[in-house]
Amino acid sequence: MSLLTVEGAVSGYGEMQVLKGVSIHVDDGEIVSIVGPNGAGKSTVMKLVFGLLKPWEGRVTFAGQDISGMAPERVVRLGLCYVPQVENVFPTLTVEENLEMGAYILDGPLKSRKERVYDLFPRLAERRRQRAGKMSGGERQMVAMGRALMLDPRLLMLDEPSAGLAPLLVDMIFEKVAEINQTGVAVLMVEQNAKRSLELADRGYVLAGGTNQVEGPGSTLLRDPEVARLYLGG
Amino acid sequence: MTEAPTISRGRAFRRAASHALSSRWSLLALLGLLAVLVIVFGALEGIPASRLLGLTVRGILLGGALALGALGITLVFGVLKMANFAHGDYMTTGAYLGLVVMALIPASAPILGLGFGYEFVIALLIVMPLTGLVAYGLDRVTFRRLRKRRAAPIMMAMAALGLAFGVRSIIYMVFGADFTFYYQGGPRPIVELLPGLRVRTDQLFILAAAVVLIFLVYLLLERTKIGKAMRAMADNSDLARISGIATERVVFWTWLISGGLAGAGGMLYALDVQLRPEMGWWLLLPLFAAVILGSIGNVYGALFGAFTMGIVWQVSSAFVNPAYGPAAAFVVMILALLVRPQGLMGRDK
Repeated sequence: MSLLTVEGAVSGYGEMQVLKGVSIHVDDGEIVSIVGPNGAGKSTVMKLVFGLLKPWEGRVTFAGQDISGMAPERVVRLGLCYVPQVENVFPTLTVEENLEMGAYILDGPLKSRKERVYDLFPRLAERRRQRAGKMSGGERQMVAMGRALMLDPRLLMLDEPSAGLAPLLVDMIFEKVAEINQTGVAVLMVEQNAKRSLELADRGYVLAGGTNQVEGPGSTLLRDPEVARLYLGG
Repeated sequence: MTEAPTISRGRAFRRAASHALSSRWSLLALLGLLAVLVIVFGALEGIPASRLLGLTVRGILLGGALALGALGITLVFGVLKMANFAHGDYMTTGAYLGLVVMALIPASAPILGLGFGYEFVIALLIVMPLTGLVAYGLDRVTFRRLRKRRAAPIMMAMAALGLAFGVRSIIYMVFGADFTFYYQGGPRPIVELLPGLRVRTDQLFILAAAVVLIFLVYLLLERTKIGKAMRAMADNSDLARISGIATERVVFWTWLISGGLAGAGGMLYALDVQLRPEMGWWLLLPLFAAVILGSIGNVYGALFGAFTMGIVWQVSSAFVNPAYGPAAAFVVMILALLVRPQGLMGRDK
């Protein structure tokens, strides 16, 4: 059984329909990447899964439970954490406080959880008292991912984690995603950087015009001429 | 083509210059300049520096009560992104609730050389949570409904304005339109801080109480889980929800604290001056001036603004009719915003 499934999802903002029937699934421990041209609805899928948008049609299930349209503050309790593309840190809070907010739903000490994030991102350990808003783009992305990892999720959702970063940092972020996945966390990510993310992913979906057009193992999609056409032609 | 670098350098220079002119320091420099002008002008008018100093001290004392109101406004704005024009009337509510509570509990002899007994302190401690609950209750029946429907900010502001009129009308109906005092004709002990500089001991208590409450708010925001969640929600409410922060719970605490501070501010201000049904309404303008001067939503900015406005209000009375104090405060706010539109603590553009 899949960890996350989205079946025939139709949704959008206000009157504007963005998703016209999207079906994807993520299995336990997988890295799944959604690629596609700008405006294809990649980020919209993420918002739909996390309850920031309600499905007009179709449904979303997580670990067998129907979570279609469930409020984000409840979704997060199920073991599903989400890093939005932009504005993904609390700028006036320190690095440490950002991490604490990630585990807001837990009572009791968070020390060991914080230490685990600091082990993954040693850079953050050095800057734990710094305000997140004063950090560089790469460091902010680490804070954002660290915040989402505080709850030890079963599925981590990353919306364009490499957007706007320098090539070296892009490498670092993709390495970290692989490292996180090795600890048993499934990853669903949306990426502009199709090549890099499909290389990393177990499976990928190409989203274009509000529907998923092609599905397959990352390496296969990379060589698929149809993908190249959709992606470059979009 | 060879011109291009020069032009862009010129632009960069102008941008850097305008950046420097609108910096935090320029705003402080402007206020410093105004202070110097006041002293010089005062000397020309024959106003002794000691009088100005006395007014400044009184301004700081007034600033304490203003700070409590300003903190509440800025917290509510930060968390709910809403200008609560009813906040002044929440202060009035607190002041009158204090009157009721003090009528219900026995009065003691004046304490510690002050003009009031334990009953005032006890009433203060009871009125704070009470006013906080009133503020939350009013949110439940008004603003919360509007938030659920994603009402525009202007609608929220208008609702707050309506609430302000409503609350004030109820106070008129219950207590009448006349002014009153907590201690009619009671002793008003005075202490000489410096030779020639006399203030009432009650005013020192007001400042001390305000400082204690401000410190508690600081601890709450920096050290407690709910305080951090309030700051997180002020930063980015969508991310707060994504992180699992129960936003309605944060809203409850925000009103409780903001209303509690309003209640305390109202009681302390009324202790210094008098109780009138429109007392809070008239404080609204200087309070918003203080909050905007410091950058709305920023707690430390609100404190800076409140004390600045208190001082301007009082010092201006050396030159113009004291009734113009709030107006003088507003003029200073406008001058400051011309230099730095985002306020003292706003992010640099």
